[in-house]
Amino acid sequence: MKCMQKPILEVNGLKKYFDIKGGPLGRKVGEVKAVDDVSFTVMEGEILGIVGESGCGKSTTGKSILRLIEPTEGEVLFEDKDITHVNGEQMRQLRKDMQIIFQDPYASLNPRHTVEKIVGEPLLVHGMKSAEQRKERVRELLEVVGLSAYHATRYPHQFSGGQRQRIGIARALANNPKLIICDEPVSALDVSIQSQILNLMEELRNQFNLTYIFIAHDLSVVKHISDRIGVMYLGRMVELTDRDRLYGDPKHPYTQALLSAVPLPDPDLQKERIILKGDVPSPANPPSGCAFHTRCPHAMDICRQVRPEFKPVEDNHFVACHLYD
Amino acid sequence: MSELVLELKDLHTHFFTDSGEIPAVDGVSIKVHEGEVVGVVGESGSGKSVTSLSVMQLIPKPPGEIVNGEINFKGENLAKASEKRMKKLRGNEISMIFQEPMTSLNPLFTIGNQLIEAIRLHQKMTKKEARKKAVNMLNLVGIPRAEEIVDEYPHQLSGGMRQRVMIAMAMSCDPELLIADEPTTALDVTIQAQILDLMRDLNEKENTAILLITHDLGVVAEICDRVVVMYAGQVVEEGTTREILKEPQHPYSQGLIKSLPKIHEREQKLYSIPGVVPKPKMGRVGCNFAPRCEFAFDRCFNENPALYPLENGRQSRCFLHDDKEGKVEMHAEADIRS
Repeated sequence: MKCMQKPILEVNGLKKYFDIKGGPLGRKVGEVKAVDDVSFTVMEGEILGIVGESGCGKSTTGKSILRLIEPTEGEVLFEDKDITHVNGEQMRQLRKDMQIIFQDPYASLNPRHTVEKIVGEPLLVHGMKSAEQRKERVRELLEVVGLSAYHATRYPHQFSGGQRQRIGIARALANNPKLIICDEPVSALDVSIQSQILNLMEELRNQFNLTYIFIAHDLSVVKHISDRIGVMYLGRMVELTDRDRLYGDPKHPYTQALLSAVPLPDPDLQKERIILKGDVPSPANPPSGCAFHTRCPHAMDICRQVRPEFKPVEDNHFVACHLYD
Repeated sequence: MSELVLELKDLHTHFFTDSGEIPAVDGVSIKVHEGEVVGVVGESGSGKSVTSLSVMQLIPKPPGEIVNGEINFKGENLAKASEKRMKKLRGNEISMIFQEPMTSLNPLFTIGNQLIEAIRLHQKMTKKEARKKAVNMLNLVGIPRAEEIVDEYPHQLSGGMRQRVMIAMAMSCDPELLIADEPTTALDVTIQAQILDLMRDLNEKENTAILLITHDLGVVAEICDRVVVMYAGQVVEEGTTREILKEPQHPYSQGLIKSLPKIHEREQKLYSIPGVVPKPKMGRVGCNFAPRCEFAFDRCFNENPALYPLENGRQSRCFLHDDKEGKVEMHAEADIRS
């Protein structure tokens, strides 16, 4: 892999609580703890994968970093600068360096705009006033993501899902960002198209020295693309380590269950399956102590009372579980 | 092999739209035996869902129509069956589970209401008996507090629970055949594992035949005995799960399996099939996959390949497996191995 000493992004104690309004007066009656005290660091040039089931807060984490959703608490350091308190204009400038690719290539492109307008808009917003220059750059970007320059005059509905995701990627690349948050970029795509997009993203990373935060629920995809992986459960990070250790030697019982639940396209593989009982509890009313204790096969008394600390159990391997106290 | 439950013979389901006739299902033949789990895999637009809806005669008409072919269910051709007869069969002898457990339950009725309706429609039972049976079914599919859940509404349940209710409803009349259209696609992996476990269990205990429509080859490996691979409205390959996943013969199946990211190994670059899935079109000449195929030669663009038999009852729709092209096959085999 690349040399990666310098952290590009540091997230410390990030929290995002959504209010639940209710009653005849619409008063606040509770909170959904979508992201509850999450911390991690992303090194320059690396791909950090974040996996978890629906509702675990992985997308909210991604959006809070960009302040597309305002975080409730915590700090986000981008290149050593705390960006949670900068004003709107400064944040707008910062977004030149931090971009996002969304899951649904059908919903994230304006159907009334041509590709040229879609990809050219971030250029205009960030000061490329000359229409000529923008046109040139859009064409260049389309070629970079594997489309053709003549696609620029078309509308989103004229493209297939994979091509639309390429447009989304071109838009994200427009201002030469340093960090791209990819929120389930391939979940809506077919297998044969998915591999095209994954390859493209890896090529672009090498070509432009990008850093990705890759959010997905598909464990095989995350394994393929990431250098390090964090596992989230009910708004909390439960394990974070490099790829091979996470898949080879998962420590947290949730990670173990999650990995064992993935159906693999190999009929010869005999594996011990850990079937978790029940559903993910509601984040509006998370269990006390360790959020996973209601479904954990190893739950102890302490798990019901004390929230386990997220700390290293060995070099570069963070786990939040009382089993490793 | 045991008794044949379902046999599709050269099924053609076409849609008649403003922009012309679309052969969504273009000559599909599938056999399902008693107690067997058959997987139908393919990407979006391959016609796998339309195939399953055709069996149930649930294709909206117009624009869709079964223009040709037979759907033999225990010796009866459903393509010719009356709506009245179909109503008797649906939910009774053939049941279906859909992808979206959120949208396939009626939000205005309790779980019990909907289960009891299905049971009483097909079985002579009093309301009380039906309710008892509903609770039993909920218990069978592993729903806790079944006594209370019966009186709850769909929105009070999670996605996994709702899918369990759908399965309970589908199984309530002991169907001979269960058609499951992407039953776990909308669910999380840990919940998916629970549902697959449940389906495997029901298949073993009740000996229900299952036709499973999915795009996930992992799910296929978990539960299916036999697999049919579809591409652009046609079956391109058929074989046992093991054979298809371990030694795929058709270039498309090979590409599909190669392009999956593997969880246990990591390659620098994923294999990917160039291009996109074509839209089905009338009167297409040549193999549907030829434009994306790395082995394509002249014949592939000028003639339509048939399903050629391979050993062990396998089939592949590729000229490489036509005996006349013996030499090419060896050449191609060498290519694949390298």
